[in-house]
Amino acid sequence: MKYISEFRNGVLAQQIAQQIASEVKPEQQYRLMEFCGGHTHTIFRYGIPDLLPTNVKMLHGPGCPVCVLPIKRIDAAIELAMRPNVILCSYGDMLRVPGSGKMSLLKAKSLGADVRMIYSPADTLKIAQDEPDKQVIFFAVGFETTTPPTAVIIEQALKLKLNNFFIFCNHVLTPPAIKGILEPAKHAGIKVLDGLIGPGHVSVITGSSPYETLAKNFQVPIVISGFEPLDILQSILMLIKQINQQSFQVENQYTRAVSAEGNAKAQALMAEYFELRERFEWRGLGEMPFSAIKIKAKFKHLDAEQCFHLSKTTSCDNKACECPAVLTGQKKPTDCKLFNNPCTPENPLGSCMVSSEGACAAYYTYQPHHYKPHTNR
Amino acid sequence: MALDIKKGTIEMAHGSGGRAMSELIDQLFLPVFDNEYLQQKNDQALMTLPGNRIVMATDSHVVSPLFFPGGDIGSLSVHGTINDVAMSGAKPLYLTAGFILEEGFPLSDLQSIVHSMAEAAKACNTPIVTGDTKVVEKGHGDGIYINTTGIGVVSNELTLKPSNIQVGDKILINGSIGDHGTTIMSARQDMNFSSELRSDSQALHDLVAVMIKACPTIRCMRDPTRGGLAATLNELSQIAKTGMLLDEAQIPVKAAVTATSEILGLDPMYIANEGKLIAICPPDQAESLLASMQSHPKGQDAAIIGEVIEDEHQFVQLKTEFGGKRIIDWRYADPLPRIC
Repeated sequence: MKYISEFRNGVLAQQIAQQIASEVKPEQQYRLMEFCGGHTHTIFRYGIPDLLPTNVKMLHGPGCPVCVLPIKRIDAAIELAMRPNVILCSYGDMLRVPGSGKMSLLKAKSLGADVRMIYSPADTLKIAQDEPDKQVIFFAVGFETTTPPTAVIIEQALKLKLNNFFIFCNHVLTPPAIKGILEPAKHAGIKVLDGLIGPGHVSVITGSSPYETLAKNFQVPIVISGFEPLDILQSILMLIKQINQQSFQVENQYTRAVSAEGNAKAQALMAEYFELRERFEWRGLGEMPFSAIKIKAKFKHLDAEQCFHLSKTTSCDNKACECPAVLTGQKKPTDCKLFNNPCTPENPLGSCMVSSEGACAAYYTYQPHHYKPHTNR
Repeated sequence: MALDIKKGTIEMAHGSGGRAMSELIDQLFLPVFDNEYLQQKNDQALMTLPGNRIVMATDSHVVSPLFFPGGDIGSLSVHGTINDVAMSGAKPLYLTAGFILEEGFPLSDLQSIVHSMAEAAKACNTPIVTGDTKVVEKGHGDGIYINTTGIGVVSNELTLKPSNIQVGDKILINGSIGDHGTTIMSARQDMNFSSELRSDSQALHDLVAVMIKACPTIRCMRDPTRGGLAATLNELSQIAKTGMLLDEAQIPVKAAVTATSEILGLDPMYIANEGKLIAICPPDQAESLLASMQSHPKGQDAAIIGEVIEDEHQFVQLKTEFGGKRIIDWRYADPLPRIC
C-alpha cells in the first residue's frame, strides 16, 4: 500500500488544515465545488469537512457517471436486457439504479434477463466469444476516464470480426458539464462557486489544458486534484490562495498522474471511434449541446442504438427530487424533502442516492443525518 | 455397485431413497465422517450432554466459488456453525449436516468437500452425528448447498448477550478484517487478479475458551460474517441502545485487503469475515483480555478497536486516521464495485 498510505497521513493533514485556517479570511465565504463523485466520496469517507474552517463550504458537483444518466437511458438499458437472446453487460454500480416503475437492471435480472456484472470492458468480448448465439451488449457509461477502454474493445471487436457484439454508448464529456454549471449562473449575473476542484482521472486522459478557457471565461480558479484525502486538502489550500489573490488559473495538484496534454494515445483512440453528439440529456443539467459522444456512423454495426429498435420513453424524475439542484451545487442533499424519508440507498428515488459516488449517498452513508436532517455544516 | 468417484456425477437416483442413495452414503459419506453416532445407523443420533444449558445454532452455506484459497464450502460449513455456537461462550460438541446436491455435480468434488468437512470437524472435536442428502434437478441448485447445525454446552454462570453492553466498555477484535470476502471476490472466475489473500475461515471455540477464562465478565461476542464489522457493530449498538466509537488506526486490515478494496471501490468495514470475533468487555478488563487473545495463535493480531459510548441515536462512528469522523452505517445489500 506504499504510495497510498502516504496520502492519508493524519499528521500531515493537521498541518495542511492549519495552513488553510491561517490562509482563510474570516469575512469571506469560500464555496468550493468538487466536480468528481470520487472526490465527494473521499471528502466524506475521511471526514475532511471536520478539518475545514466553517466559512469553507464544499459543494458537490455532477461528476458521477451514474448520477447524470437520465432515467430514459436506464429504461433503454433495461429494455435491451429484457430482450430474448440478449446478454447485457454492465459495471456494478449501474445495476441498482432505478429506472421507471421501480425497475432496475437487478430487478430485470430477477425477472429472467441475462445481466452480467463486469469488472473490465474486456470481459464483454470474452462473453461474446463464448456465447456466439447470444447478442452481447455492453452498457458503456462514464466520462473520459472510461471512454478509452470502450474504444479499445471496439478496436478489438472489429479485429475479431464479432457479429454478436454491441455497445450501448452513454459516454459523456467533462468540460461541457462544467460549462453547464457555470454558464447559467453567469447569465443570471450570480456566482455560485468560488473555486473548482477539477477532475483527476478524467484529466489523466484529457490533460489539464481543456480547463484553461473555462477558468478564464468564468473567472473561477480550478485545481486538478488527486483522489486521496491529502490531495484534496492540498487542492483546497491552493484554491483558497488563488481566491485570496483573485487569481483564476488552472493549477495541477495531481502532477503524479496528470500532464497538460493528457494521454495522446487514449485521445487518438477516442477520436478514431467516437464522434460528438449534437445534444445529450444529462440528469440535473438538462440537454446540453456537444456534451456526449456516440459511435461513429462507419461502425454503426456495433452501435446498439442503431441495431436495436428502442422505444421512445417519456419517463422523468420524481417531481420533488432535488437531484438536479444537488448535481449543480445549488442545494445540499439534506435540503431535499425526500432525503432520508423516503429516499434512502435501500429505496433510492433519485440517482444521487444510488451510486456510492452520489452526493446524497455520501451524506447518507457518512453523516449522522438522522438527527439533523436539514442543517448545513 | 462401487461409485465411480473419479468420473461419476450426482444423479437424481442419489436422492431417491433407494439403493443408489445408500451407496452414496455408505461409500462417500460414512467412511469419511465415521464415528460411533453414525455407526448407530439410525435416522437420528443419540447422545448424552454434559451440563444442563445447551446452545444450538444453524447455518446454511452457499458460496461461489466452492473452493477458494484458505478453504472450501466444506470447512466453511463447519467453522461457521461452530463459531455461532462458540460466540455464546459455549463448548461446541456435535454437528449435523444437510446436503442439497445438484444433479451433475462431480463426485470427486463432493468427496473433497466431505473430506474437508470431516477434517475441520475432527480438528474441533465435534463429530458430525447425523445428516441428510437431497438431490435437485440440474439448473435448480448451485452445485452444492450445505446446512449444518451445532450443539454445545455452556456453564450456568455465563450469559453473553448484547443487552449486557454498558457505556465505557471496550471493543476488541481478534485480527484483520475483510480477508474472507476479499478472497472470495478475487477468486471468482470473472476477476483475474491474483494476490496472496487467503480466507480467514477458522473455528474460534478454542480462542473463546481462553478468553472466557481470562475474562469471565465479557459482555458479549459476535462473529462479524456477512455485512462485516459494520453490520455486526450496528446490530449490537441497536440492541444495547448505545453508540460506538471506533479508532480506524487500531483496526487491523491486511495490505492486500486494502489494495483489493481500493481497486474495487469497496470498504473492508463491510466485507465478510469467517474467522473473526468481536468481544465487548468492561474497560478495566480490556488489557488482560487482549493479552489472552494475543497469546493464542488465532488472536495474535488482536486489538482494542474502540469503545461503547452514550448515543441516543445508536450510531457507530469512526475516528478516521486522517483526523476526521464519520458514521459507519448499515448497508442495505452487498456493496457493488464502482465504475471508476
